[in-house]
Formats: sequence, structure tokens, C-alpha cells
Amino acid sequence: MTRISVTVDGVRYDDDVEPRTLLVHHLREQLGKVGTVVGCDTSNCGACTVLMSDPDGRLVGVKSCSVLAVQADGREITTIEGLAGPGNTLHPVQRAFHERHALQCGFCTPGMIMAAVDLLSENPDPTDDEIREGLEGNLCRCTGYQNIVRAVRDAAAAAREAGTSAEPEPPTVEAVDAATPDGGLPSEGTPDEAVPQPVP
Amino acid sequence: MIPAPFDYARPSTVEEAVAALADEDAKVLAGGQSLIPLLRLRLAAPTVLVDLAGLDALRGVHSDGDDLVIGAMTTHASVLADPLVNRYAPLLAQATGTVADRQVRHRGTLGGSLAHADPAGDLPAVAVALDATLEIAGAGGRRGVPAADFFVDYLTTALEPGEVLTSIRLPKRGEGWSTRYEKFNRTAQGWAIVGVAAAVRRENGGIAEARVALTNMGTRPVRAAAVESALTGASADAETVRAAAGHAAEGAEPTGDLSASAEYRSHLARVLTERAILAALGQAHAA
Ligand SMILES: Cc1cc2nc3c(=O)[nH]c(=O)nc-3n(C[C@H](O)[C@H](O)[C@H](O)COP(=O)(O)OP(=O)(O)OC[C@H]3O[C@@H](n4cnc5c(N)ncnc54)[C@H](O)[C@@H]3O)c2cc1C
Ligand code: FES
Ligand code: FES
Repeated sequence: MTRISVTVDGVRYDDDVEPRTLLVHHLREQLGKVGTVVGCDTSNCGACTVLMSDPDGRLVGVKSCSVLAVQADGREITTIEGLAGPGNTLHPVQRAFHERHALQCGFCTPGMIMAAVDLLSENPDPTDDEIREGLEGNLCRCTGYQNIVRAVRDAAAAAREAGTSAEPEPPTVEAVDAATPDGGLPSEGTPDEAVPQPVP
Repeated sequence: MIPAPFDYARPSTVEEAVAALADEDAKVLAGGQSLIPLLRLRLAAPTVLVDLAGLDALRGVHSDGDDLVIGAMTTHASVLADPLVNRYAPLLAQATGTVADRQVRHRGTLGGSLAHADPAGDLPAVAVALDATLEIAGAGGRRGVPAADFFVDYLTTALEPGEVLTSIRLPKRGEGWSTRYEKFNRTAQGWAIVGVAAAVRRENGGIAEARVALTNMGTRPVRAAAVESALTGASADAETVRAAAGHAAEGAEPTGDLSASAEYRSHLARVLTERAILAALGQAHAA
């Protein structure tokens, strides 16, 4: 077992992990971050995409099935569950996916949204071709991609208009609260059993 | 699938890394973008993974006289964004932009791509075309191996067990040189069915020097020597280039697989070589 410390969606977690644990399994099974999914065994589909800080501290998209949890030691991670703003207001990319009907079964969506956020953080005004190329690491078996491209284009425009970047906000006090494992679900009136709990 | 168990070491100096590699089934971990998929499929089962992420000295690009030196742990994304690479080795930047996808480029490293030596990998041919020297550290000290001798066979390099690739040294190619990587693949994030790395130096309207190396035309990158000699001293017109490119597959031993037969690969080598050289010369190819 190796001790690691990872900050996920604004919360720091210290855990002992086996070196062979994949980051995606650590996120899902140890930290309860089940919003991040696994879609393949070959590092191709991108469903598991999260943002992780690089050695310079910049948050960049990575495939969490192709990173060992021990490699994330000391890093910061944003998952789909940490994207919403204070009070669970949708991130511009999340809103655009909703409004543009950019999903059908929804399995690729968490990774697709994180990859789009990653792309827009580097290129806030991409052409359609740049969007397609920027998302080439993510596969969708339902939508045919058209609405995904439209959604990313819309999100880019919305973020530019609002003068905000499409990058995730640094965690605020409320965001930290919203980023706990149940942060993605409405807090009022939600039955306990509907709230995913971290595995102890 | 979940990888088989292994121990994990994160040294902070090259010496510590070499010491940690003493076990014969130890393996270097760089970006993990080739190794982790292999571990997941249980096609590799090392006893110890020696993670080079703590070796800051192996990351980054610097200029050293007439050479550019790129640390083995420099990620594809950092290579792409680096101003020195874009100025003195634009061929490397351009080819790196065709590798995999954004997520893989954020983690995968130049050193890992070369050490992995996949015949379909794009960067080995670029290293050969640019006459790179691979700098290696091991228990016996340090040595440099020319790219032409580094790639030995399918997934096999001149690296001995226990050795670490530390950096890649490239002669700067500024003034007069122009370059192009042409890659043929059928799907998004697809590997090259064939790739061509071309560099030409022009002088007085003619071609003074040419270097051409091919991806996936054998178990290791091959120089298209006949193309190079046909171009050297020739004029830079489309007819000459077409005739020279006709020699591209000479001496190569491509294999056939699900993506392409050996004959089709040879055809692609000729077509892509013509395109790469014309593009390097700033002429669009006739479709
Ligand atoms: C979906 C997908 C698509 C891809 N598409 C392409 C593509 O189109 N073109 C392409 O060229 N590549 C492609 N790749 C591979 C990618 O470029 C990898 O980044 C690269 O092959 C390995 O680099 P790495 O740093 O991840 O090395 P790792 O996976 O960590 O290591 C690979 C091998 O090299 C050894 N090694 C690594 N670094 C060193 C070192 N410094 N010294 C000694 N040994 C070392 C390791 O022990 C291991 O055997 C793709 C990968 C994926 C997952
Ligand atoms: S699960 Fe498919 S790329 Fe990670
Ligand atoms: S919406 Fe079903 S895979 Fe993309």
C-alpha cells in the first residue's frame, strides 16, 4: 500500500492505495465519485476523462483509466461532479449539452463534457473542425456527434459573452460544499438511499 | 481489467532510478499511455514500476549550442507548445500534433514514445529523419546512441535492462530547412498505417540535402535512402519530386495486417513521400 493525497473537486483525500489501482477506480470506489465512468479496456473511449493538474499546476484533461492513483499523488482533480458552480448552477458546457440535446444514453457525457472543458480552456473560440479534433479522444455511440459539436460551440459563445472562462471555478466555500460526494444531487428532500456514499 | 500487483518506486534522481531498476523484471513508467493499457490487458507484468515523474531534470526543452535537448519526460503537449521546438524542430511539433488525442498527449512523453518503439508510432521516424541522438543513463554510466541505431526491432530498442533514456538531442534545423510529416490513418485517434517524415534544405532554388524516414514500413523506422539521393542536388520541381518519391518503398520490408497489405503500404509510402516533400517545399500536391 502507498499513501497518497489527492484533492478532488476541492476536497483533499488521504488514502492508502495499492499501486495497481487505476485513478478511475480510486475515484469511484474509494471516494464515491461515481459520475466518472469506465467505457473501455483500451484507453480509447474517453468516458473516464477528468481534469488533473500537470507538474506546472495547470488543469488538463486525462483519461483516468490510464493513470495510476499513485501517479495522482499531490495533484488536483476536477471530475464532472465538481463542475457545477455554487448552488449547483450548471457549468456553461453542462447547460449547453442539456439545451442542445447533446446526449442520448448519456454514458459518454461526463467524459465528453470534461474533454470539452479542457479544449475550451486552451481554445475559447474553436471552429467546428477544431472541436471535432479536440474531442477525438472521446467516442459516442449514440448522437452522431452533431449536437455535441453544437453544444460545445454554444458553450464557448456563452462563456465568451459572460466574460468568464469555461474553466472550472476555483473552489469557493459553497463549491467545496457542493463538491462533496453527494454534491451532484439536490440536497433537499432527497432520500438518503439515493445519495451515493463513499466506500469506507 | 485491473493490472496484476507490482511494487512502485518514485525516485528523485537518475541514479536512484537506475538503482531501482536493478530487479530484472522492473520497468520504467513514464506517462503510462502505452504501458498502463498493456498492464490492464495483463500483457505486461513487471515486478516493480519505477516512475520517472519525480525527475524534474528530465522535463523540458533547452538549447545547447547547435543542438536542441529535450528531456525524455517532456509530454507530447509540452513539446507541441514549446517555442524552441517550433522554431528549430517544427517537424517534431507537427508530428506530435498527430499523436493520439489531447488526453493522451497530456500524459504521454517523447521519451516513452521512443523507448516503446511501436512500428506504428509517429515519433521514431521523426527522430531518425532529424538525426537525433538518444542520451541514456545506466549502471555503467552514460552514453549516446544515434536514432538510426536505437530502434532495433518491433518494440525493441538499444536500451539495456536497467537503462533510462534521459534526453533526446537534435541538431537545430533553422534557416533553409523545411519539413513535413504526412500520416495516413483511417479513424480519429488512429495509428499511422504509413507515415512519412521529410526534411529538405534548399539552396539557390534546388534541393541541397534531403532526409526522409518512414513510419510503419517495417518493424522499425526506415530511411528512404534512394529518395534522399535522388533529391540531393536536384531541382525542386514537382516532376523531380514525383520521380524521387517512386523509390520510397525500396529496401523497406512492410508487413501486411488488418489495416493494409504490404503492397498497399508500399503504395502509400510513395504517395505520402511525394506529398510530404512537395508540402515541405511549399507546393501543394496535385490531387
Ligand atoms: C488511445 C491511444 C492512441 C495513441 N495513438 C498514438 C499515435 O497515433 N501515434 C503515436 O505515436 N503514439 C500513439 N499512442 C501512444 C502514445 O504516444 C504514448 O504516449 C507513447 O507511446 C508512450 O509514452 P509514455 O510516456 O506514455 O510511456 P509509457 O507508457 O510510460 O512507457 C512505454 C514504454 O517505454 C518505456 N519507457 C518509457 N520512458 C522511458 C525512459 N525514459 N527510459 C527507458 N524506458 C522508458 C516503458 O518502460 C514502457 O516499456 C497512443 C496511445 C493511446 C492510449
Ligand atoms: S475508460 Fe475508455 S478511455 Fe478510459
Ligand atoms: S450519448 Fe450514448 S454514448 Fe454518447
